[in-house]
Formats: sequence, C-alpha cells, structure tokens
Amino acid sequence: MKNIGFLSVIILGMIFVSCSKLGPIEPLEEDVLDGPIDGLNSTELSEFLKGDEAFADVFTVNEGLGPVFVANQCAACHIGDGKGTEFVMFTRFGQSDTSGNQFLNQGGPQLQHKAIPGYSPEVLPSGATTTDLVAPAVTGLGYLDAVSDADLLALEDPNDVDGDGISGRVHWNMIPGYVTLRPGSVTLNGRYISRFGKKAAAYDLLAQTAGAYNQDMGITSVFEPIDPFSGLPVEPEVDESVVHQVVFYLKTLKAPIQRNQDDPDVIAGKNLFTQVSCVKCHVDVMQTSYSPISVLSFQEFYPYTDLLLHDMGPGLDDNYTEGNALTSEWRTPALWGLGLSKVSQGGQYLLMHDGRAKSIEEAILLHGGEADQSRQQYEQLSDTEKAQLIKFLESL
Amino acid sequence: MYRRVILVSLFILMCNLVLAQKDTGFFKVPYDTSTSKLNMDAVYNRPFLTHKKVPVAVGGYLEANSIYTINDGITDGLSFQARRLTLFLSSSIKNRLKFLTELEFEDGTKEIAIEFAALDLTIHPLLNFRGGIIMNPIGAFNQNHDGPKWEFVERPDVSTGIVPATWSNAGFGIYGKTNKNNWVFGYELYVSNGFDDRIIDNEENKTYLPASKDTEERFEENNSGLPMISGKVAIKNRKFGEIGLSYMGGVYNKFEADGLMLDKKRRVDVAAFDLNFTIPKINTNIIGEAVYAYIDVPGSYTQQFGESQWGMFVDFVQPVYRPKWFKWENSTLNLAMRFDYVDWNMGMFNGTTTLIGDNLMAITPAVSFRPSPQTVFRLNYRYSWQKDIVNNPAALSSSWIFGFSTYF
Ligand code: HEC
Ligand code: HEC
Repeated sequence: MKNIGFLSVIILGMIFVSCSKLGPIEPLEEDVLDGPIDGLNSTELSEFLKGDEAFADVFTVNEGLGPVFVANQCAACHIGDGKGTEFVMFTRFGQSDTSGNQFLNQGGPQLQHKAIPGYSPEVLPSGATTTDLVAPAVTGLGYLDAVSDADLLALEDPNDVDGDGISGRVHWNMIPGYVTLRPGSVTLNGRYISRFGKKAAAYDLLAQTAGAYNQDMGITSVFEPIDPFSGLPVEPEVDESVVHQVVFYLKTLKAPIQRNQDDPDVIAGKNLFTQVSCVKCHVDVMQTSYSPISVLSFQEFYPYTDLLLHDMGPGLDDNYTEGNALTSEWRTPALWGLGLSKVSQGGQYLLMHDGRAKSIEEAILLHGGEADQSRQQYEQLSDTEKAQLIKFLESL
Repeated sequence: MYRRVILVSLFILMCNLVLAQKDTGFFKVPYDTSTSKLNMDAVYNRPFLTHKKVPVAVGGYLEANSIYTINDGITDGLSFQARRLTLFLSSSIKNRLKFLTELEFEDGTKEIAIEFAALDLTIHPLLNFRGGIIMNPIGAFNQNHDGPKWEFVERPDVSTGIVPATWSNAGFGIYGKTNKNNWVFGYELYVSNGFDDRIIDNEENKTYLPASKDTEERFEENNSGLPMISGKVAIKNRKFGEIGLSYMGGVYNKFEADGLMLDKKRRVDVAAFDLNFTIPKINTNIIGEAVYAYIDVPGSYTQQFGESQWGMFVDFVQPVYRPKWFKWENSTLNLAMRFDYVDWNMGMFNGTTTLIGDNLMAITPAVSFRPSPQTVFRLNYRYSWQKDIVNNPAALSSSWIFGFSTYF
C-alpha cells in the first residue's frame, strides 16, 4: 500500500509538471479582431484601454438603461468588436422618400423593442417602413474616419460617366451640431459627406457613438440628451469624457489582419476579385490624410470598401430611407475581417445588412442593381474559381 | 473605519484566548468527524476553543493561496491571495439556548459579512427555533462551506454562480433531527428576506442570483415585501452517506410602491439536490450538488437575462497515502478531481431554434495533503471553458492554485 501511494505521488508530480506547460495558448493577432493598432504611445494606449472598458460596460437600470432599449452594452451587439447576431438585431423605421424621418415624435428612427421591468417596449407606428440591421464589426474604423472627403469624391461616379454600370455616390447628409468637421470637409447646400452606418448616415464616430448610446441603449449624453422613451431631454447618463474614450477606442482598434496571403488559391482569388469587378465597390487600397493620432496619419490600408452608397437592386430594397440614402442604397461594407465573422456570430455567417445571407456565396448571389453585372460575372466562374474567390474572402 | 474596530477587537479577543491557553482551563473542541452529523450541522460542527468556566467558544479559519492564471493565452502573472479569514463565536447562553455567529473577511477587509448570527432554542431534538441571520439551506455547500473541509481552493461554480454562497438572510424558522439505527434524518424550514431586482439587472449581464448580495439594505429591508421560504430535508445512512433535497423561493421584485401596483409579482424558485457518500473499502468520497433555478423575467426584457438555469459540481476525493511525517497521526494525502458545469441561460432564443449559450465547464484535478482533518494544503489545476450567450468559441482559462486552509 505504502509503495503504491508513493508511486502515485511521483506519477502525479510528473503529470503536474508536464501540465504546467499546458494552458490555453494566446490566439494569433491575425485570428482576433480586438486589440489596438501597433505603435500607439502610452497615453494613447491608456485611453484605448479606458474606451475598451466603456465599450464592454453593462448598463443597469440604475445607470440609466432604457426605459426602452435594444441592448445594454456596446459589446453585446459588437461581440469581440466583430459582427452581431440576429438576437440583438434592431429595426429602424421611417418612410420611403427622402423628406426626412416622419416618425421622430413616435419613437423613430429606431424601434426599442425591449423595456426594463415595469415598462412596455415601443411598438411600430402604423404606416412606417422598416429595415432590420445586424451589427457590423467596428475594427479599423480610425482609418476609414481619416480618409479625406476629396478621396471619397474622387471615387464616386454618380452619373456612371465611365459606363461600367456602377455609379456610387457619397451620402450628402445633415449633421448634428456637436460634431467637429474633419480637415478639408466638403459641403454642398448645407450638407456634408457622411460615411458610417449601413446607409452611411453618420458623419463621424462621435455621431455614431452618441446615437448608439441613445437609440440602442436608451442612454442620454450631452450630445444626444433626448430620452427615447419620453421624448424629453434628461440628465446625461453617460459622461462626455466616456463617450470620447469610446470614440478614441473605435479609432484605434487595429485593422483586421489578412491570413494565408501566400496561399496560391488566395492569390488566384484576389485576382478574380478584381477580374469580376468586386473591387470596383469593395476598393482594396485607400489612404488616410492627416490625423492627430500619428499612427493613423497618411497611411495606406486595405479595407475593401469605397464608403459610397450603391443601388443594390430590388432584392435588397427595404423601402426605407435614411438621410439622403434611397431605399435600395447601401454603403459598401468593408470586407476586412470577413473571414473572422463566424467567431463573433456564433459559428455561422450572417451577412448583408440584415444577416439574411448565411454564407459568403449567398451574400454574393444577393448582389443586384449596380452589382448585377459583377454578380453575373461571378456566376460564370468555374467551381474552382468560385472556391478560390471565396477562399480569398475568408482570408480577409 | 468601523471595520477596523471590529477586526481589532476580535483579534484581541482571540489573542487573549490563545495566550490564556497555557492556563489549564482552556481546551480545544475538535470538529466531529463522526457519522451522525448532517450538512445542516456544519455551523456548529467546527473546532472551537473554549474554557470550562466560560460558556463562550471561539474558532475560525483562514484561507490563503497563490494563483497563476492564463486566460486565452494571456496571464496577469502570479498573485498571492488571502481570500478569507472567518471567525466564529458561539455561546451557550442557558440550557437549551445557544448563539453562534460567523464573521467573514474576504480579500483582506474589502468585504466584511456576517454570514451567520442566530439564536437557537431547543424544544425537542425534532423542534428547534432559530432566528437572526440564518444561512438559507439550499444545497449543501452553502451551509457547509468552510475552506478546510474542501480539497479545492475555488468554491464550486454552481455555488457561487447560481447559489450565492454564502447566502444568508435575516429570518427565522425551525429545524430538527432524529436518528434511528443507522439512519439520521433532518429538516429545516425558514422564512427570510429574499432576492431583489438586481438578479436580472447587473454587470454580469446574466441572471445572477449572487448580485443580490451587493444590496446593502438587504438585512433591514425585504425588497418584495414578501417572505422567501427555504427548506431542506436530508437523510443519511451512517455507513453510506447523505442526500439532501432543498428548495428556496419567493417574489424578488418590488411589485408595489405606496400601494400602487408597479408590476406583477415575479418569483425566483431554486431547487437543489446534494449528495455526499463514501464508497466502502476504497474510501472514495463523492460529493456533489445539482441546482436548478427558475426566474420570472419580464417577457419584454432582454434575453441576455435567462429564465432558467442549472448547474452542478461533483468532487471525487481519494485518500491514497497516510504519511507519518513529523508524528502526524491522522495525516492523509488525497488525489481529487472536481467537475463543474453551469448554464446561466437554458433554452433557445425567442422564436428560433438557436440554443442560448452562456455556460461554463471546468475540471480541476487536485492533490491535497491533510496533516489533520482541520488543515489542508492543496494544489489545484483548473481548466475552464466559458461560452458567451451566442455560443462563440469558448474562452479558455487555466489556473495553477496552491494554498492552504486551516481552522485555528
Ligand atoms: C443593439 C445592438 C447595438 C448596440 C447596443 C450598439 N450597436 Fe453599434 N451598431 C449596431 C448596428 C445594427 C449598426 C449598423 C447601424 C447603422 O447602420 O447605423 C451599428 C453600427 C455601429 C458603428 C458603425 C460602423 C460602420 O462600419 O459604419 C459603430 C462605430 C458602432 N455601431 C459603435 C457602437 C458603440 C460605440 C456602441 C455603444 C455605445 C454601439 N455601437 C452599440 C448595433 C448595435
Ligand atoms: C456595386 C457595388 C458592389 C459590387 C460590384 C460588389 N459589392 Fe459586395 N456589397 C456591396 C454592398 C452595398 C453590400 C452591402 C449590401 C447589404 O448590406 O445589404 C455588399 C455586401 C457584400 C458582402 C457581405 C458583407 C457583409 O459584411 O455582410 C460580401 C461578402 C460581398 N459584398 C462580396 C462581394 C463580391 C465577392 C463581389 C464581386 C463578385 C461584390 N461584393 C461586388 C456592394 C458591391
């Protein structure tokens, strides 16, 4: 008995020693979306960390959640800074013309379909048209924010002068009074070029963030002081400085890193991506202009978007307008990080604005309107070529 | 400030008693490892230091450890933790009347809690009154939670993630026990304050019963205004082991204010099954508990907060060796293994067939050495898999934990 005991102690000791090397290994930087841009200085890093915390902060009733809301945390929808799921999808409502949202006094533009205990959630007013939106990833947004208006204007072709069937236009929209114009901001009849959101209705990350606090969580700020439930201004429920920290965080989240770049299929897929004109909207290379965050200044980056609105045809037409974006118009989503979508969407793909596409191929086949020709070109590819193109997209 | 005062005065009291131990009047009552005790006896079944002429006994335990954790490949390094210092003070006030209190200092003096402070009046072994701050008898761990009794540094996940161990409340009730041949039977029944709205409104972002522990007013005010009922029956065969069935439930929300109905009454109901037995001959001790909780969450609230949850843990403890080092008579070396599972949000997302995640699984192999039943040195390796609400790939975590826990 004694010997057996001794032996088991020794064996156990050996197991423990060998286990000490066990333990989860750190995922490669390219396999996760979160994390800061390389090269931030220590002040910037600490601001990033504060923003990271605020992004993950769960709002409770005491902290001002609701009374009506959609979710209680930025990170509940943008899980791991990636895309969201159907479970936290939200509905916007409005009208089919561009006369402005007529339902602002009836709870518009967003349906807060959840309520804290003791309150009733909002219901859709009759006569409103709607769109369902799945949360996009929020990575690399600092780069997109730092692209100059001039660059976007150079990309657009509203009258399809080059005759390729792809027009694409910037979204000239009204902006809230609290935003600071970016250097070189261009204006037209009192409107500015906005670029964030699925219909590019938000001018900058401050507008998007203050709007998200307010409409997604029922949290008021100095920027958006009106409580979506009562329609009345209330005390700010999130500090101005916290909103700025979140904006800084969004600006300094790294751009997704491509994987398997040297795989021959990925290289072939990238060529096909150009060949079948995907790249005309999903523009591969862009430049930033000046940014006060020095790592973002004058950088080349690879987002696979042009930040322009495109008519995507009747299949994707939700009969809902936002700002000046027409019912069938959507902003080209950046495709960087596409291959990592599943990791935040519960192991599946939920692509396009409302997550209706359950695979990359399905997403491509839903392209219509300006993208009709490109889709047809895709359909004519051989099976091997299609697989190569998809492998390339998954590497992003 | 008042915390310091409590701490210092208790300390002085302890020191006096310990120093005075040279005086022959003091003696140590070890805890009873015999077989007639049930989990419900745990509060009184602890080693105490007492004096023949004084009807007061004191005791306590300390838990300290070092921990090295890796979360998804990233570690914050090595930490040393003094998790708990718990002090008990009991007194036999008069024949049939006794008092016991348990004070716990967690993580230094960060959290000070009165885990138990009750007066017991014995009318008959089958009928005792107890009132004060009582431990709700849900599962076995909540009442029998002293560090030195366990081979694992971490408390079971179900006992800290569903049952808010140590969960005690102001309340009163009755309990009793009877023996026949090899059988022991016990029951407990209490009414007490209960949970509050925090269980579905907290930073954990999940239905989380322990969130109510943060409510400072909970010993003076019952959030719902309706008593929570908790009760347990346990039966033990001295040769084999004990099983227990327990329940705790009541309305948790403030459904009424100033006589106005604000919401309907929303209940939380928790049921638990616990067992503790030893396989004869090979002496493997198996301890486990399974808990199910149902919480009435408003339908229009976010599904982030689940309506039903369950969890369990099982410990296997195998004594393998009785080293006779330093003339320690009763020392044992054990190999042990714990399995933990908790699902904070059972079921599917509304209107879908997609399962909700929000669960945790862990295994913890361990080696423990007990110089005596009252002191344990333990080395644990814990590996856990935690899934978020939409079942994304699990967050992985591993910890090496080495520490001790001892009654004093
Ligand atoms: C209820 C889910 C939900 C919550 C909560 C939420 N978002 Fe979003 N987010 C979305 C959706 C859906 C969109 C697309 C909306 C649009 O078109 O305007 C979006 C868009 C964005 C964008 C624009 C990204 C782009 O590529 O243009 C940013 C930035 C953003 N959210 C940041 C935040 C921040 C910061 C918070 C917390 C303050 C937050 N979100 C909270 C769902 C959510
Ligand atoms: C005319 C511009 C245009 C062209 C050409 C185009 N796309 Fe798109 N693409 C878009 C827009 C706009 C969306 C968003 C539609 C929506 O959200 O409903 C989109 C969405 C996608 C998505 C889903 C992204 C997501 O995050 O949900 C993928 C994948 C995609 N495109 C791939 C391609 C591929 C591959 C091609 C070439 C075969 C292509 N696109 C050609 C404009 C275009």
